[in-house]
Amino acid sequence: MSDDHAHPDDHAHGSELSEMDVRVRALETILTEKGYVDPAALDKIVEAFETRVGPHNGARIVARAWIDPEFKRRLLADATEAANSLGKLDPVANHLIAVENTPDTHNLVVCTLCSCYPWSVLGLPPVWYKSAPYRSRAVMDPKGVLADFGVTLPPETEIRIWDSTAETRFLVVPMRPAGTDGWSEEQLAALVTRDSMVGTGLPKSPAEVTR
Amino acid sequence: MTNSIHDMGGMQGFGRVEPEPNEPPFHEKWEGRVLALQRAVGFIGLWTIDAGRASLEALSPLDYLRSSYYRRWFLGLERRVVRHGLVGEDEIAAGRSLRPGIRLNRKMNVSDAEHPPLTNFARPAPGPARFKEGDQVRAKNINPATHTRLPRYARGKIGTVGAIRGCHVFPDTAALGAGDNPQWLYTVVFSASELWGEDADRSIKVSIEAFEPYLLPA
Repeated sequence: MSDDHAHPDDHAHGSELSEMDVRVRALETILTEKGYVDPAALDKIVEAFETRVGPHNGARIVARAWIDPEFKRRLLADATEAANSLGKLDPVANHLIAVENTPDTHNLVVCTLCSCYPWSVLGLPPVWYKSAPYRSRAVMDPKGVLADFGVTLPPETEIRIWDSTAETRFLVVPMRPAGTDGWSEEQLAALVTRDSMVGTGLPKSPAEVTR
Repeated sequence: MTNSIHDMGGMQGFGRVEPEPNEPPFHEKWEGRVLALQRAVGFIGLWTIDAGRASLEALSPLDYLRSSYYRRWFLGLERRVVRHGLVGEDEIAAGRSLRPGIRLNRKMNVSDAEHPPLTNFARPAPGPARFKEGDQVRAKNINPATHTRLPRYARGKIGTVGAIRGCHVFPDTAALGAGDNPQWLYTVVFSASELWGEDADRSIKVSIEAFEPYLLPA
């Protein structure tokens, strides 16, 4: 199990398999031959994350909260219950917590210790979320991090960082963009980006989707 | 392992965050297989999520930093299947099975994969919560050689209980395979000046999710 000759940035050239292709295939083969895993079950897991589980789930929750004040109240009181009440999503694991952006407060979610992220509503965390620059700086220099994402907030805005150090998972409810009166839940969901639900972005403006 | 490279909050020198437009779920096919293997082997129930995290933290800092996320997962998984007797070192070296597998209590089938059981880390409380919302608390200065979820940057610092999150499995115990040892969990909010000094930006507040054994009255 020595990693002394690892080159994690190597990619396969042509038909040549990378070191990681070979090692992962070998481990899967061993675990399958010994009867511990079913390759068909593995296929299903990969397929779920490539198709079904993603930020569109969180976007639906946010859009509903924007148009339905009672749903928003429930979401902020118990996000797991509220998300599961929508019914059309995969069940959301326990301990989901929704935190609301306001004109005074902007929320930003990080996991400084590993990669804790609300998978059930946002899907797989992006590479940057798991990276050393984000994990190291979000708690000390959140304005610098936001600048890396091209986000500038008014100087008086309080920036509230949530470090996900336990099994609680945080979903940011961004502010509803101006100019969206009368929009449907589906139209609004199209404005809700993944980054806006982590706090490193803002929702799209109406102009960005109607152009 | 606690004071290792994974505990990154407040470190400097890693550079800019680099968002990737239209990032795919997986950058390489093997990454998806590692995620699936992690889930399917975890389903067998031989270790806790906290023991899984502890095995990643036990990677040397050099291996940790030079490995991509899913490579770290792979290295941790490879260690755990060997440590728990599922696979022999000789089989890892050979790249194939050399003897039949051991009997398992359960194995993930296709239906389990499509409808994964929801994990619930809440547990009945062994007693009343020691702290209430609004209480001032000090995070203990601890440096255990084993797994903990109290980040270094918060140790010794004074914060305010922002919320009580219920009673949960205690990672520090669960990572050792020593049971759930349920503990009250709190959101504890710190000012940036408490964490980073008087020059820190006063518009910034940071919270951690802190288990009761991490906290003292302040």
